Amino acid sequence: MNKTENNKAWFLVLPVFVIVAFSAIIPLMTIVNYSVQDIFGPDQRVFVGTEWFRDVLGDERLQEALWRQFLFSGLVLLIEIPLGVLVALMMPKRGWTVSVVLVVLALPLLIPWNVIGTIWIIFTRPDIGLLGVAINGLGVEFDHTASPLDAWITVILMEVWHWTPLVALLAYAGLRAIPDAYFQAARIDGASAWATFRYIQLPKMRGVLTIAVLLRFMDSFLIYAEPFVLTGGGPGNSTTFLSIYLVKVAVGQFDLGPAAAFSIIYFLIILLFSWLFYQALQNVGTGEKQ
Amino acid sequence: MRLKKSAVGLIVYLVLLMLPIYWMLNMSLTTNADILGGFSLYPKDPTFDNYIKIFTDESWYSGYINSIIYVSINTAISLTVALPAAYAFSRYSFLGDKHMFFWLLTNRMAPPAVFLLPFFQLYSTFGLIDTHIAVALAHCLFNVPLAVWILEGFMSGVPREIDETAYIDGYSFPRFFLTVFMPLIRAGIGVTAFFCFMFSWVELLLARTLTTTVAKPIAATMTRTVSATGLDWGLLAAAGILTIVPGALVIWFVRNYMAKGFALGRV
Repeated sequence: MNKTENNKAWFLVLPVFVIVAFSAIIPLMTIVNYSVQDIFGPDQRVFVGTEWFRDVLGDERLQEALWRQFLFSGLVLLIEIPLGVLVALMMPKRGWTVSVVLVVLALPLLIPWNVIGTIWIIFTRPDIGLLGVAINGLGVEFDHTASPLDAWITVILMEVWHWTPLVALLAYAGLRAIPDAYFQAARIDGASAWATFRYIQLPKMRGVLTIAVLLRFMDSFLIYAEPFVLTGGGPGNSTTFLSIYLVKVAVGQFDLGPAAAFSIIYFLIILLFSWLFYQALQNVGTGEKQ
Repeated sequence: MRLKKSAVGLIVYLVLLMLPIYWMLNMSLTTNADILGGFSLYPKDPTFDNYIKIFTDESWYSGYINSIIYVSINTAISLTVALPAAYAFSRYSFLGDKHMFFWLLTNRMAPPAVFLLPFFQLYSTFGLIDTHIAVALAHCLFNVPLAVWILEGFMSGVPREIDETAYIDGYSFPRFFLTVFMPLIRAGIGVTAFFCFMFSWVELLLARTLTTTVAKPIAATMTRTVSATGLDWGLLAAAGILTIVPGALVIWFVRNYMAKGFALGRV
């Protein structure tokens, strides 16, 4: 990794910086402003320091939502990453079937998120939905509007259905970027399928898998529309994830200050964990090259 | 034998993947009364009324046109600015490069709910509310970082000797980049283009906040089907089926770039 030292490379990065900073910096500053003020009207605001942050951190319902969120994102990563890699390994390497498989994989990703929740409402209805009727046909009592466990299973199932193709597409593109020479060398050495995967394919996929893990972590931690439309956060509070609770605070109670403080804490948690994942995945890869 | 087993596994997975979409298709060809009336594996009385309504009612089909316009602008901007930046990150070390690289990604980490108000204020200051370019620019916030990250991964997979050989052969940077380097990372460009298109296409909160009528996206139009008389499930399902079509076309066009992968020794 001996990159050339060249500060002129900044000119190549500058357009990206300008275009992202335009939408990023001013809204972020505004939120920081809200988070330390009590706002009564456009011209009436009082500086309150860290009051909102202390309020938010002491909120028990927020802590519950946070643990729920960690459990959800953890399950999502544990299921989607291995499944996505497995699907990518099973995909054909050439021929017309490749095109068909790629298009079919992409379909769930292309449906707007609010629509996904709506479709799953009908899909899981025990009287008129395919999944609901099928499960009840097996003799299992299943109703995600009444049982918290069923609600969790449904939301996880929907999430896995929706997003595993993203992992599979990234992993597949990563696999196709491995030069054939590597596989020829493995064949000559008589390497087993597992050894080929473990020592060639997996290390070569490190880059795309890093992106897949980070994307799936961030997006599942921020998940809002799909579970909100499907379960409304219920039954009870059992599927009230962090952003569903945030919207309750921000819109329901119209409390801009605490909501802004909440947003900042939310953001910092994602930042911390993404950074940890990033560091871990970077180091795993370099160790494996030996 | 091993090959057969993986083919069976893949087919089972794809069939399961298609079930909710099949159900949406089934619903889209059925009247609302029939959907709620009882369970049926296929439309007993197929009707295209839901589709006809979408194609003849301007408030419906203009949503698709608006979405396609701002998503295309966004994908074009994202790829154009991300390609050189990703090259810089993959080939050079410069002041603050690692911080900059990670900072880009942090822009995907903010919960959108509370940010909508300052976003609206920012874009109204520039008089951009209800324009396609406003949504395209706002979506750059999460698409440009993603594009840089994905492209950087693919570019780092290309051996540096290729760059050096090309410079020794007298290629200028723009000529090398366009004629030698970009063809080498076709797979990466294909995936990136699709992901930019996809994330911009399904994003609802920002797009809805920044538009009112002229540039209103299809996903916002679809929330309208919730009315006092309840949800028109059939119409919503038909609109859902139609939201899949443009993206499926995009992936159809980039499929070869994704599938062909990496041809070493092109130079």
